[in-house]
Amino acid sequence: MTATLFSRRLLSHEAMLALLLALALFTLSRLSDSFLSSANLLNQVRLMAEIGLIALAMTLVIVTGGIDLSVGSITGLSAILLGVLWSKLGIPLPMAAVLAIAGGMVAGLANGLIITRFGVPPLIATLATMAFYRGLAEGLSQGRSVRGYPESFYVLGQGDVLGVPTQVLILLVAAILVGIALQMTAFGRTVLAIGANETAARFSSLPVDRVKLIVYGFSGLMAGLAGVLLVSRVTTTRSDMGMGWELDAITAVVLGGASIFGGRGTVLGTVLALALIQCLKNGLSLAGVKADGTIVLIGLFLIAAVLLGNLMDRIAAR
Amino acid sequence: MVAAPSHRATQDTGWPHRWLSGHGQVLVVLGAIVALFVVVSFVNQRFLSPANLTTIFSGNAYIAVAAIGMTMVIITGHIDVSVGALIGVLATIAGTLAVAGWPLWMVWLAPLVVGVLVNTLAGALVAYAGIPSIVLTLGFLSILKGGLIVVTGGDWISDLPRGFFLAQMKLFGLPVPMLTALVLTLAVAWWMAHFRFGRAIYAVGSNPEAARAIGISVERTVVGVFALHGLFAGIAAVLFATQLTIIQSTVPPNLELMIITACVIGGVSILGGVGTVIGAALATILFATITSAMIFTNVSAYWLRAVIGGLILITVLADVARRRRQA
Repeated sequence: MTATLFSRRLLSHEAMLALLLALALFTLSRLSDSFLSSANLLNQVRLMAEIGLIALAMTLVIVTGGIDLSVGSITGLSAILLGVLWSKLGIPLPMAAVLAIAGGMVAGLANGLIITRFGVPPLIATLATMAFYRGLAEGLSQGRSVRGYPESFYVLGQGDVLGVPTQVLILLVAAILVGIALQMTAFGRTVLAIGANETAARFSSLPVDRVKLIVYGFSGLMAGLAGVLLVSRVTTTRSDMGMGWELDAITAVVLGGASIFGGRGTVLGTVLALALIQCLKNGLSLAGVKADGTIVLIGLFLIAAVLLGNLMDRIAAR
Repeated sequence: MVAAPSHRATQDTGWPHRWLSGHGQVLVVLGAIVALFVVVSFVNQRFLSPANLTTIFSGNAYIAVAAIGMTMVIITGHIDVSVGALIGVLATIAGTLAVAGWPLWMVWLAPLVVGVLVNTLAGALVAYAGIPSIVLTLGFLSILKGGLIVVTGGDWISDLPRGFFLAQMKLFGLPVPMLTALVLTLAVAWWMAHFRFGRAIYAVGSNPEAARAIGISVERTVVGVFALHGLFAGIAAVLFATQLTIIQSTVPPNLELMIITACVIGGVSILGGVGTVIGAALATILFATITSAMIFTNVSAYWLRAVIGGLILITVLADVARRRRQA
């Protein structure tokens, strides 16, 4: 019975987001002629791809009842790994990119091991590795940025495949895969079960630790991928890349209807929330509001969304 | 829906045990500071020069003051990731009022008042509207950080009046920030151990249902703790604003991280119910000692954060291992 209650609640949340998104799209198209052009829309999706990838993985993390604060630092670390491996060690760029992404995954797996083997709460574990990975990035870079990447490398961050920006395709494929994994597989059901009641999941002999390890490893992998995409898009590598992204990703996931306590959340919700945030950013900048004003609105949005959700829960419980 | 079983309920081991487990961590941090002092002063005598000692004991004092409030928040089982942004906003308010020619006592008082107001609102939303504190303070972080830049444009505030620089003054020959942190830390540690509201904070953090059963209002305690946390953030902001001759009206990067980390390294359990403000204060001194030690032993400053991050990791793992042995 609770299951149907949950799904009804989720449906309404996603329907609400979709409605808001439609409203935003409509208002923005009235506000500016260029907004609804496919060039602008694709460009907007390009801009949200990196945080989008991280938010997809963060959805899984939050649904298990965990959190990953280290993703922004892993993005920076992977960007630095790419730059250092290529410019200092002379490793070919495609190889360096693969190694940088793998480095992100290793960092994520390390998070998972600390959380599962040592039983450190995810908030603390990833708070510590957030400082540690950023420190590694700073140490490896020694404060120097890496530039001068060959033009062939820009295909990831600035190029198109069949007229669609490369990272938009990557984001789309990732969203579909993660959505299927969460909603249609045994793995996904285990993720939800861990978040709903970890003790019960253990007693049901579900592979709790292994699934958590995969989820945090995947989070690192996505953050690493985002780092490589970011370097390709902005054509430079700095150790402060991705700073604060963990908060952007968490905001998108929570706005998307996932419960911060776990057990509830969908990929569709996260994707809708991402699109809504990007619309807000784009629309407000078209209307002449600076990026910082947008941050304020996103903060208000986040609080209002949770308040409204709680209110609806209370009404439904009556 | 059945509430998830609380970790705290299962490790309810009573006051003496909790006191010990809190202070075990304090001894570890103290030991680390002493060890660093011995080793580094052996390598480089100037490490013990008065100027460097002032840097170590006074430079991070504002973080120690902010950590007092954060310790209370974490002990009640909550968290606040917006405190760094709040300190940035409050410091800017102090600077702006000072330049506008307000009397100095009002300039120093205003951040405290605004800090209490903002965090009372945050506490009320957490306690009464049921918004998880991590989500709510994430929202506050965005609002404060973005709002500050929208209003000020991120400009520097200079031309501050002469008497403004409280953090650069001395009292009884000691720097004001260090004295402030020392007095507040000891007073609050004593207060939390011996007074009704102070002990209610531990009760709410270790087991909210039990606290409710013995007549403690969980909601009012949480709002009170957030309000106090705002007060300490205000004091920290005054120390922060007055330590240099200019104020940059942006949010100091990673400040909330430093504050939360100080609490955790100082032995405050993120699960709530355990910890003291003394540990957090010592942890901020440990940070300053490490920073200074790296400078005096010629380690590249770019490795600083990796060393501190690695240290946090080791401390957290050691803490968990010790708790397991005790359990």
